[in-house]
Formats: sequence, structure tokens, C-alpha cells
Amino acid sequence: MSTPILEIKDLKKYFPISGGAFGKSKGAVKAVDGVDITVMPGETVGLVGESGCGKTTVGRTVMKLYEPTSGQIFFDGEEITNLRGRAMKPIRSKMQMIFQDPYSSLNPRHTVGRIISSSFEIHGINPVGGTKIAVQELLERVGLNPEHINRFPHEFSGGQRQRIGIARALALRPKLIVADEPVSALDVSIQAQVVNLLDDLQQEFGLSYLFVAHDLSVVQHIADRVVAMYLGKVMEEAPTAQLFAHPRHPYTKALLSAVPIPDPRVERSRERIILKGDLTSPANPPAGCVFSTRCWKATDLCHQVAPLPLELTPGHRVACHFPE
Amino acid sequence: MSNLLDVKGLNVTFPTVDGEVRASVDLNFELNRGETLAIVGESGSGKSVSSLAIMGLHNRAQTLISGEVILHGSKGSTELISASEETVRGLRGKEMAMIFQDPMSSLHPYYSIGAQISEAWAIHNDGSKRDGMKRAIQMLDLVEIPSAAKRAHEFPHQFSGGMRQRAMIAMALVNNPSLLIADEPTTALDVTVQAQVLQLLQNMQKEFNMGVILITHDLGVVAEFADRVNVMYAGKIVETAGVEDLYYRSMHPYTIGLLRSIPRVDQIDNHRLDAIKGAPPSLINLPIACSFAPRCEYSSLVPGGLCNQSQPELEQKEAEHFARCFLPAERIAEVRS
Repeated sequence: MSTPILEIKDLKKYFPISGGAFGKSKGAVKAVDGVDITVMPGETVGLVGESGCGKTTVGRTVMKLYEPTSGQIFFDGEEITNLRGRAMKPIRSKMQMIFQDPYSSLNPRHTVGRIISSSFEIHGINPVGGTKIAVQELLERVGLNPEHINRFPHEFSGGQRQRIGIARALALRPKLIVADEPVSALDVSIQAQVVNLLDDLQQEFGLSYLFVAHDLSVVQHIADRVVAMYLGKVMEEAPTAQLFAHPRHPYTKALLSAVPIPDPRVERSRERIILKGDLTSPANPPAGCVFSTRCWKATDLCHQVAPLPLELTPGHRVACHFPE
Repeated sequence: MSNLLDVKGLNVTFPTVDGEVRASVDLNFELNRGETLAIVGESGSGKSVSSLAIMGLHNRAQTLISGEVILHGSKGSTELISASEETVRGLRGKEMAMIFQDPMSSLHPYYSIGAQISEAWAIHNDGSKRDGMKRAIQMLDLVEIPSAAKRAHEFPHQFSGGMRQRAMIAMALVNNPSLLIADEPTTALDVTVQAQVLQLLQNMQKEFNMGVILITHDLGVVAEFADRVNVMYAGKIVETAGVEDLYYRSMHPYTIGLLRSIPRVDQIDNHRLDAIKGAPPSLINLPIACSFAPRCEYSSLVPGGLCNQSQPELEQKEAEHFARCFLPAERIAEVRS
């Protein structure tokens, strides 16, 4: 087996809650609480869950935008958990990020050319043929007009801005791209274009994606494997087709059944699991299984003992005492 | 089913220094009691703007509105566009109500949830503050807020997103309106909470026999909830039909393209998505032509480049099924399959 491009082992990221006496912390938000994820070269792993489940924090911790509280992160076989500053820089050029909001992730005072070429500058790279040509090639590759190199972000539509973000991420020819909700701010007819672009670029450059999203239908399309999180923990992980056809964790099952299907006859005849209540606060997670407060199958066992993830069939891990 | 709302030739225009932005053009539709009409479209297609105009919530100084909007309320019919501000104010919140996408910014952070709901009640009813609070608690109970009597005294920030949207629904329904406009009511919510809120809306609609206009971009929500659908593009209705006709016998290339471009959770696919090329046009000084023509795969099937020269009318393609396209119904059926 080849080396995973990304391997996360028992990753934890706690954010302290300040405001206690003398500025001491009152506790911690356990945003990510013991997560294992592996991404193989050329693979797309979808990371799904509702807001507050910790999926974005996983992405940002992988990028070392947050320092992990504990656990290990390996990039291409090399441990990067404790790398900082200058030591981290060569790694950064191999892993890049695409953000959700194409309006706030591009500097409004910089031209597109400057936004994309800053990657070259920071890493001291002189592309063959010059920076301008390289930027124009990138623009063309993501479906933008190369002549627009001197335009500013406000002159582009949302979908085009997301393409600029993708071009910037591609500039250094990374191996891994962490995409945090890359299409959720876009209109329906534009989403498909950007998803197709990400697909094509993966083929062309052999990219791996950690694709963080809440939209399960997009993840179904783009991911090879899916990891479902709830309150900082992984509930279920499986190859995409298996997870969508046979979810084994009650949470995944409920999540899938809640996504409306754009087909009136199918939609109106399907059984829907309506979960009670809202996502519990990660500052105060329930004892036992984190999902037990909303689960219709929960027993005393679930309220007391957190289930460990078990591999029920090859590649299908489920953290539940009573899998479906 | 009786007629509740008639919209006839509604135009909403924003004059700007660069020219007129025609946000909604010649809108015609009707809504019956107990019926759900979905308005689907992308950002800038005019779906929200036209609903704000119906509710009289637009900025009067910066908006030009023409056309007719007739509300057949419990006390007779009123034409809302020409009616005085005072008349509209008497109907808004009583006969017609609206809920918005973001419940955090549409609730006042400084007043308790109960106080805000009872204020909505007190504007249209005579009664003491205590009566109002009683009514608010009753409404919160109805929208399934647990321990409503206690939570009524809490503030918006103490509610979760889903509960805030429930509180908004409680406030909108406090005077039993006959028309409810829901503008992207679940877009800001997680899917599991969205399912709860949509079910609640459906139950409330049955209970009050309301006509609901559901504005959304989510074709899944439409499939679940709507009886009829208006598809909007660049300020115009491009297709209108019953929900099954719209999904299974789409008559406009834009609708066909949209339905093809979205992946589904119940079908595993590995093929490329059938994306619609290009982007929606700017609404300033739109040329007289089909607004969708530059993105349309089928405009070459129309002889003489007609799509780029004149504006197609919303014409009847089948019974109760209209589309703004030059292609005859048989040709569209061919390209669809």
C-alpha cells in the first residue's frame, strides 16, 4: 500500500472558554475530539456533518491554521503536528486550501494577478516563462479569461471568484487541497460548474481532496469516501456508495433521510426520520455517546458509555452500540 | 379552494445611475387558500424582490412598482399596490405575514421572544399586555417550543437557529393570516433542523388553511412541499406548472438544465454533472431577447436566431403548464428525453 497523503490520528482541538475568575478558562469547547482520517493519493474524502460538528476545525487544524491540542498529523508520511513557521512553509506549498466565501477570501484591493502570484512570491518560486504567463495559464485552466489578470475581485461574480480561489490554491501544484464548503455559497447552476472543475483538476494534477461540506448530495457526487462527524467525533466512515446506500449509524441515517430529494414522487413517498431537538453544544457534550440525546435507539448503555468505532465490514467504521 | 391572491403584471424596477434594474418583469400568478406556490430561482432572479413588493416592504423612495396585487382577505378584496400605506399596514401581520431566511437578524435582540410575539398580536388586537403574553406562549407551544411559558421570557440569543425560526413562524401566525410568504425559511438551518421546520410549516398550513408562497433555491424542498411552482430567471417567470409536471415534464431549457445539474443523495453517480454553462445576466439594460438564450443548449433548434432577437412570451405548452420558450412543446419533450 502506498503512503497516505494525509493521516490524522486521534486529533483533538479544544478551544478554551475564557471568562473565569482572573481570566482563567472555564472549560473548553471540544470542537474536535479524537478524530482519525486518512486520505490516500488521488482520493477525495468528504467530511460531512451539521454546523458545529467540528468539520471545519478539522480542515483548519490539518492546514495548521490552528495548533492541535493533541494527536498526530502526517503529511505524505512526515509528521507535521509540531511544525511551525519556517519548518512548516515547504509543507504549506504542498497543501492548499479553498474557502467557502469567495467574497471574503480574496483581498479586495489586490488584482487577480497579484492574488495568485503572491503564492509564488511567498515561496520564492520563479515559474518557467515568468509569473505573468504562469498566472494567465492558471486563469485559463480554471475557466477564466487570462486577459482579466488586472481586474479586481469585485469585478467577478461569485462563481468566478471561487475559480480565482481555486487558481490560487493550484499555483504551487499542491498534492492535497482542503476545500471548506467550496460550493455552498454559489447558485445552483454555478455549483455544478465548480464541482466539475474540481473533478477535472483532480484528474489532471492527481490531487487529493479533503472536501468539507454540509451538502450531502454534492459530497455524494465528488467523494470516494465519506466521514460523518457529530459533536467533534466521527460517527461513521465508509466508501461513498456504501454510506449512502446503507448507512449504519443512526445519525448518518437521519442526516441522509433529512436531505430533500428533487423528485416529487420519490420525496413524498419516502420515510423520513425527524430528529428531536438541535445539535448539543460542544462545550457541554453529553456523557456516553454524543448522539444519544437525539437518538431514537438510545438506551442506558448509550447514555453512559461512548461507543468505539468498529470496522463492521472492510472500510466501514461505525461508532454505535446498535448499528443498523 | 378559493382564490386568495392575484398578481397581475407586477413590475419592480430600481432606477440606478447605470440604468434601470428591472428586478421583476410582468409577473402574473395566483394563489389559492391552502395551496403552496414555490418560487424558484437563483440570486438576482427577482424572487425575493417581488415578494417584498407584495408585502409593501420595499423601499418606496427607491423602487418603481407597477401592476396589481389583489389580496382576497377575510374582509373583502384589496389592491395592495395602489392602497395607502395605512391600509397595507392594517393587513400586514394580520391577513398576510412573512418569514425570512435569517431569524437572528429579523428578531430584535433587546426584547424577549414573548414580548416580540405579543407586540405582533397587540398591533391588530385589543387586549392587555398579559393577554398578549398569554397568546405568545400559546403560539410558542403550537410551534413546539419546549416549556414555552418559560422560554417566552428568553431572548433571541438564547434560542438555537431552529428555535428562532420557530419563534419567527409563531410571530407570523399569531393573527391567523391567510397568506404566508416564506423567503428561504430553512436555508440557514442544518438539514435535520430544516426537516423539523418544514414539517411544522406544513402542519401550520393545514391548521390555518393558509396560502403559502415558498421562495427557495432548493429544488428538493420544492419537491417536498409545493403544489405549484414558478421558475424565475432574470426577473421573469420562465416556467409555471404543477409540481409533478414541472419535474417530470419540464418545458423550459433552464428548468431542464437545473434539474440535470444537481446531484441526488438517493442516486450514486460518477459521471460529470450536466452543468449549465455561463452565468445569469446583469439586470441592467437587458437586451430584448430571451434572457436565457446565451446559456441555452437548444437555442440553435429555433430557426432564424429568434432567441437572440425577440422576447418569448409565457405561452401555454400543456394544460396548466406555461413556459417562456420559442420551442414548441413536442420539440422540448424530444430534447428532454
